[in-house]
Amino acid sequence: MEMARAFDSKLSALYKAGKIYGGVFIGRGHEAIAACEGVYLQKGRDVYTPFIREQAGRCAWGDSVLLSARCYFGSTLGIMRGREGNVHWGNPREGTVATISHLGAAVSVAAGMLIAKRMQGETGFAGVICIGDGTTSVGATHEACNLIAVEKLPAVIVVTNNQYAYSTPNSQEFACKSLCDRGTGYGMATHECDGTDFLQTLQVMGCAIAAARAGEGPQWVVANTLRMCGHGEHDDAAYIPQALKDSFADRDPLAVARRQMQEQGWLSADDIAAIQTECADEVQRAMAQVQKEPTPDPATEDWSATSWKPTRY
Amino acid sequence: MSVTYIDAIHQALAELLAEDDKVFLYGEDIAGKFGGAFKATKGLAEQFPGRVLNAPIAEDAIMGMAIGAALGGMKPIVEMQFADFGTLAQNQLGNNAAAHYYRTGIPVNVTLRMPCGGTPGGGPYHSQSVEALFAHYPGAHVLCPATVADAYYMLKQAVQIPDPVVFMEHKFLYRWLKADTWLEPDPLPIGRARIARPGRHATVVAYSAMVPEVLKAADELATTSGYQLEVVDLRSVKPMDTDTILASVARTGRLLVVSEDFPWGGVAAEVIARVSSQGFHLLDAPPLRVTSKDTPIPYHPDLWRAHRPHSGHIIEAARYLISL
Repeated sequence: MEMARAFDSKLSALYKAGKIYGGVFIGRGHEAIAACEGVYLQKGRDVYTPFIREQAGRCAWGDSVLLSARCYFGSTLGIMRGREGNVHWGNPREGTVATISHLGAAVSVAAGMLIAKRMQGETGFAGVICIGDGTTSVGATHEACNLIAVEKLPAVIVVTNNQYAYSTPNSQEFACKSLCDRGTGYGMATHECDGTDFLQTLQVMGCAIAAARAGEGPQWVVANTLRMCGHGEHDDAAYIPQALKDSFADRDPLAVARRQMQEQGWLSADDIAAIQTECADEVQRAMAQVQKEPTPDPATEDWSATSWKPTRY
Repeated sequence: MSVTYIDAIHQALAELLAEDDKVFLYGEDIAGKFGGAFKATKGLAEQFPGRVLNAPIAEDAIMGMAIGAALGGMKPIVEMQFADFGTLAQNQLGNNAAAHYYRTGIPVNVTLRMPCGGTPGGGPYHSQSVEALFAHYPGAHVLCPATVADAYYMLKQAVQIPDPVVFMEHKFLYRWLKADTWLEPDPLPIGRARIARPGRHATVVAYSAMVPEVLKAADELATTSGYQLEVVDLRSVKPMDTDTILASVARTGRLLVVSEDFPWGGVAAEVIARVSSQGFHLLDAPPLRVTSKDTPIPYHPDLWRAHRPHSGHIIEAARYLISL
């Protein structure tokens, strides 16, 4: 969580300095939810479909911030090699989906990755598929969630309800009483947590992921928070009422987690300070390194969209 | 003993399942005793337990699931019940599967079988030819077999190609097109067009069910007027074998393209654009095309027959082209 916050803050500063192409999407307010997903997953065994504000989950899954930085900066040493940007990166060979911009499209892809594991006789795996309140409105999401339920896949659908899909509030996005109702409708076991409460989120995600892994069928988790930033860094989120922002002033997931970890005796104030320094240093090194890495060259680019080509005469 | 186009597809699917345990079939109504709306998978679920899976009515998710399975090491073959409904899977095929290799370096080995084209009474949403829509996106190959042997070999070759392949099976050909066998001594590779009939007065480029229609027209023109049409069967619309088309136009000096699809931005337009830009000097007359009309496909068989190109339209266009 500290690493993601440090990375996002630096990224935002670099965006404002004009160093990033296109948009920047950060996860302020989402860190506890993302971290509590990723921490229960194992690269190579499980499937993970991060959403746009999931940097903390990527870190917990075991991907360094350098990999995310490479996607933003278009480094040819990155997985996407300048052909894709911002949050659209994944490494399917390790279990992450390289999502596309069309919301909901990755849900069925993750389902297919889980089905492939089942067909190949793997056991003990689970998948976490991250969506948002807005994504629940998309037809592709509905089709895929129904398919996941029909196939009884070991999937956990995490619906992060941050109350705004870009500028659209929940009241204009859905009319059901709770997004939990959607999960019930699919026949999934449902869970809900305060996504700003680290300990509660850790416990709920742990139960849901364990249940999916144990063969209890797909799980639907609604994690509530507020997007404590714009949709992207170009957006000042002026459409979120000040009173709502104020009501979350003491619910920053980082601050809550720091407090809870000390109350639990897991970390001391000094430990936290040391972690923050370590994260700031790693982010600084990654950002410095990535800006020295090679960028793609249109003259030597392989402009082939297919791996196979017909043999000519 | 004669076999049909759909027998060839059934045989290819059975062999693919037998030869490679990564292959599985996924689609609506394809499993159980039912075996698919057109029976292309009949008996395969019993023969290959757990490898012929029924899907909910969810074309987008069906395609997305296949993408994920391919990324997980499988080789899914998806059946769309009708190509018309393939538009609901187009985002997954075009933006996700086809884009994946360029974006990540990892190709998505999915084969999308789509029963396409018109049959009497099919109406607007069970008749369409959507190959141009799918060929539009970079990253996929689009095949349109017009013979029993091509239906067999091209489906088998499609699964060997690591990229997404859209396999357009013409519904009219399913049981109408017959041959002694699906086997051929020297099958052509994908990407190569075939000279279906040699000739010297004009080149007629066609694909899918328009190939037998053009051959019928060519026979009739030869009998009535002595004109010899050279018929090029594209076989795959993407990749498109421009070399074979240009070589034929170099021999005849005239080009007619026949497609069952709508006219706007279709495969016929693409062929004409290529020949006009790369072989303008080879042409003795303006290139022509015969396509279906620019309206939705009508239901009543009398309207449908007038909407879709048939040998009469082709003969009329070829006579005009040769007269120029």
